[in-house]
This record gives sequence, structure tokens and C-alpha cells, in this order.
Amino acid sequence: MTVIDVDIAPGDPLLVFLQSAPGPLEIAALPAHSPAVVRMKEQDVRLVVPLVTSGEVVGMLALGARRSERTYSRDDKRLLDSLARYGAPALRLGQLMREQEKEARDRERIEQELHVAQLIQQQFLPSALPELGGWHVAAFYRPARTVGGDFYDLIELADGRIMVVTGDVTDKGVPAALVMASTHALLRSTAQIASSPGEVLRRVNELLIPQIPMNMFVTCLVLVIDLETGRTRFANAGHNLPYIRRGDEVVRLEARGMPLGLMPGSAYEEVEAVIEPGDIVLLYSDGLTEQHDAAGEMFGFERTHAAVAAATGGDDLIDRSVLALAAFSGGVEQEDDITLVTLHRSRRGGYDETVAFVVPSELGNEREVMDRVASIVGEALPPSRLDALRTAVSETAMNAIEHGNRAQADLDVAVTVRRTPETVTVDVGDFGRGRRTPRETPDLDLKLAGLQTPRGWGLFLVEELVDRVEEFADGDRHIVRLVMRTAEPAAEERGS
Amino acid sequence: MTLAFELDMRGDTAAVRLTGRIDRDAGGILEHAYVAASAVGPAAVELGFDDVDYINSSGIALIVGLLARARAEGLPVRAAGLTPHYRHIFEITRLSDFIEIVVQPAPH
Repeated sequence: MTVIDVDIAPGDPLLVFLQSAPGPLEIAALPAHSPAVVRMKEQDVRLVVPLVTSGEVVGMLALGARRSERTYSRDDKRLLDSLARYGAPALRLGQLMREQEKEARDRERIEQELHVAQLIQQQFLPSALPELGGWHVAAFYRPARTVGGDFYDLIELADGRIMVVTGDVTDKGVPAALVMASTHALLRSTAQIASSPGEVLRRVNELLIPQIPMNMFVTCLVLVIDLETGRTRFANAGHNLPYIRRGDEVVRLEARGMPLGLMPGSAYEEVEAVIEPGDIVLLYSDGLTEQHDAAGEMFGFERTHAAVAAATGGDDLIDRSVLALAAFSGGVEQEDDITLVTLHRSRRGGYDETVAFVVPSELGNEREVMDRVASIVGEALPPSRLDALRTAVSETAMNAIEHGNRAQADLDVAVTVRRTPETVTVDVGDFGRGRRTPRETPDLDLKLAGLQTPRGWGLFLVEELVDRVEEFADGDRHIVRLVMRTAEPAAEERGS
Repeated sequence: MTLAFELDMRGDTAAVRLTGRIDRDAGGILEHAYVAASAVGPAAVELGFDDVDYINSSGIALIVGLLARARAEGLPVRAAGLTPHYRHIFEITRLSDFIEIVVQPAPH
């Protein structure tokens, strides 16, 4: 048997011809100028049977000469015609399944790419925010489904000042994540040799231009803050301008400059301001201001301004912005990454205390940790929030003793408690390596059915009871940080 | 202090008054309390938490084990005397979906 090999190009006149054909056709009856017909004639095709279903040509049968050398009879053609009528829908079904399989493979590839982009991006976001004496830093980051290139960072400079950067790479997916990673690395390394924000941006721009793909650029804002005096120098490469809440006023810090990666030789205006005690600063990406609602309207600057005006603290400002955005967008899918960073400088006279102690890793000492933390925190938290913190601290200390230090009494568990007017932070440090396997979410139905162990509530309780849990390494210590705001959150749910 | 209990019949309910901590060390006592309470053939078991000053995740696991056993035996379990904090923990763990929380009226 010889296999006839013929492709029909999308524009081939044979397609239109087959679509309206009543049944099997002699090769001589087909349009002679069709490249597919020419090719079939070369292979001695005698008869063509169109496979049509729902008015669409899904294929054809091309037959060579009969073995008997006789022409195809009327009965042969009738048989082939009914074969085509039954075969065409089955063939179409097979084609659809193949298309769906291909789509599923493509989707999987895209999901995989998004996952890689997310991993790259999250790698470069700070895993924990530093505790800055007299200042409270809070951050919120929520990636869009398509992954943009938002980033933020806090870098301690050699002279003790803090450099705060936020940025946004145009474009999405892996390319944006890679440019973000590269920009982030350039900013960090440049901050070691230049501490003026305008100069940092100028140098990063020059370094970025040779490596950034065409049509991509990076907006970026750099603030260098003297924590003692609040004196702040800042420069801007086309990023959203930060807001400051000062008493009853809301002001915007303004500085001009081209986005990074666009034009060599760009200079960046540098402006100085003082962040006064009590001031709250908001840095934000355009994922906030440019989110649309169902009617196509943008969240915009006025609503952002209103959230800043009503804020009572940095965490509160983040909560307000996120809630206002959720209420505004009303279920419309998030279009871009959203990054919010707030800096709140304590008022003069505001306390900022740190107390540290250690306990040996002996089972039961978690209660001692809990009681000591509670007495240090005292009235900084309302009673219900103090109770929640007590349980979370006891669970965290128990994990540190039992799992982190494997109950070896000669290894201590280090506890640090910091109180600021806005938050209580408890760090619990052990010598373990942290959780290496993902936690199984406790499910009471499964537990009661004997399908899950009755245990496994510890981390669940911790995460449910405090406002934020962070985990990071500090030298040879593994630290779990519990953060509790001194006031009730603006709403029950927070997406950080 | 470690856990202790007293058992009392209140109508057809076996009332188990718990005192102390419900943590990893409480397993034996809690088991003993349940066996004693269910042995009298009550219509329900009520756990009294008024004098319980500490429940941790190991204690929650013990309560889950007790509840699983009572359900298998068709015995309803109630909880009385929980502080608002532990009531909250019963809610977030969903224990309150399976254990009726008895809230005593505030004293006049």
C-alpha cells in the first residue's frame, strides 16, 4: 500500500471546492490550478472524498487506482460517501481533542513560566522588614496573575542612613522578572559606592542601558533617610510620587527624571525634605492607581490621596488602601502588581523599647517565654490581643525548643520583644533550619474521620492569631518574627 | 498545674470540671475523665473549662481525639466556661462546629 502525501495550504482553491462538493469526486473534476490537486495527480490519485462536518472541511480521503484497474463504481462511491459521513464527525472530534491537548500543554508552559517569574521576583523582595529605631516600616505586595516587575528594598548605607527603593519594570512575565532582578542587583551594588539618590539612579541607568531589552524600562524612586533627623534626599526615575501625611495635610514629594534604561546620559533631580515626627510616607506602584473598576474608571490619585489623609499609621494606611481598592474594583481582576511601602516616624516622646532574654531548650519553658513576653508587653496591647499573642508566642517557643533545638537544653532559645507605639514584635530564635516541608493545613473533618493526625495545630494557630508572621535566618539563628499591631486592624482581612 | 478533673452528674449530663493546663501532659487525665464520664451512660458530656488557665496546640489535639471518640460513640460534647480567647480558638479550629459552646449568662 502506498501512502499519499498531500498538504492543503489554507488559501488553496480546493478547500472551497470540497466544502460544497456533493460527495466523492474524480480527480479530473477538481480545479487543475490547485497546488494540492497538482501534487495528488503526481501521486496518481484518482478519487477524492471530502470529509465535511457542520459545513467545515475537516479532511479528505485521497484514493489511488483500484487494484482491479477498473474505475470506481457507483456502489464504491456510495460506500465511500457514507464512510465519509460517519468518519468526518469522528475525525473532527479527534482534531478537537488534539487541539485541546495542545492548548493544555501551552497553558501548562505559560503557568510554568509565570511560576518561574514569581519565584525570581519574590527572591528579591525583602523576606523581613528591618526594625528601625523610632520608625515603623510596613509593606504590602500582591502580584498580578500575569506577574509584573514590581520591587522594593531597604538598604542600610555605610554611614548609617537607610536607602529605600521602589520600582516597577514595564512588561510582564519572565523578561520583566529578569530585568527586575538585574536592576535590583545594580541598585544594591551602586548603593555601596554612591549614597546620593540622584547619582545612584544616574549610574544604574548607564549600567542598565546596554543590557535592557528594547521597549522595556524601569521606573524607580530612591529615598535616602537619616533616621535621627528625618532628613531625606530623594530622586525619581519616572515612578509614582510618594505621599506624606503630615498632621491634617497630605503633601507629595516631587522630583523629576527619566525612567531607567531609556536614555543614556540622563540626569536625576535630587530634592531634600524632612520627614517630621508623626509623618506617614506612602510609596506605591501604579498597580494601585491604575486599577480599573467594571465601568473602566481608574482608582486614580484622588482615592489614594483620601486613603493617605485618613490614615492613623503605616499598617492602617496599607489596610485602608487595599480595602478601598477592593471596594472600588468590585471583583475586576487585578491588572498589575501592587506594591505599597509605608514609613511612619514616631512622634517625639513615643517609646521604642527592646527587651531580650534567652531560655534553655527544655520542654515546658515555652510557658515561661509566654509569661515573660506578656509581662514585657504589658498594656501595650488590649487584653484580647495580648491573649492571642501569648498563645502564638507559646506555640512558637515550643516549636523552637522541640523542633529547632531538638530539646537540647544546652542550646538556648533567644527571645527579643520590641514595643513601638504602633506594633509589638516578638522574635524567637533557635538553631534549626526552619520548616523544610510545607505545612499540612489542619482540617477538623479529616481529623475526626481519622484521615489526618489530631495534632498539627501549632503553626495554624500562630498564623491565625497574630497580624504577621515572618521567618528568616540571622547568622546561625533561625528566627520567627511575630508582629502584632497595638490597635485593632482597620478590617478583618488583609492580603499581605 | 497539670490537669485534674471532677465528675458530677447534672440531670442526664456528665459534667467534667477540668482544672489546670491542657497540654501534652494532660493526655492521660483527659482520657481518664472521658472514660469515667461516659461510663455512667450520660446523654451528653459537658467539659467545664472555668479553671483551665492554658490550652496549647497539643491540648487542642487531645480535645480533637476526645471529640472523635465521643462522636464514634454517639455522645454529644459541650464546652462551658471558655474564656473569649479560647472560644475564639475553638472557632478558628472549627471545634465549635462539633462541640456546643455553652455561654453562661453574665452575673447580675
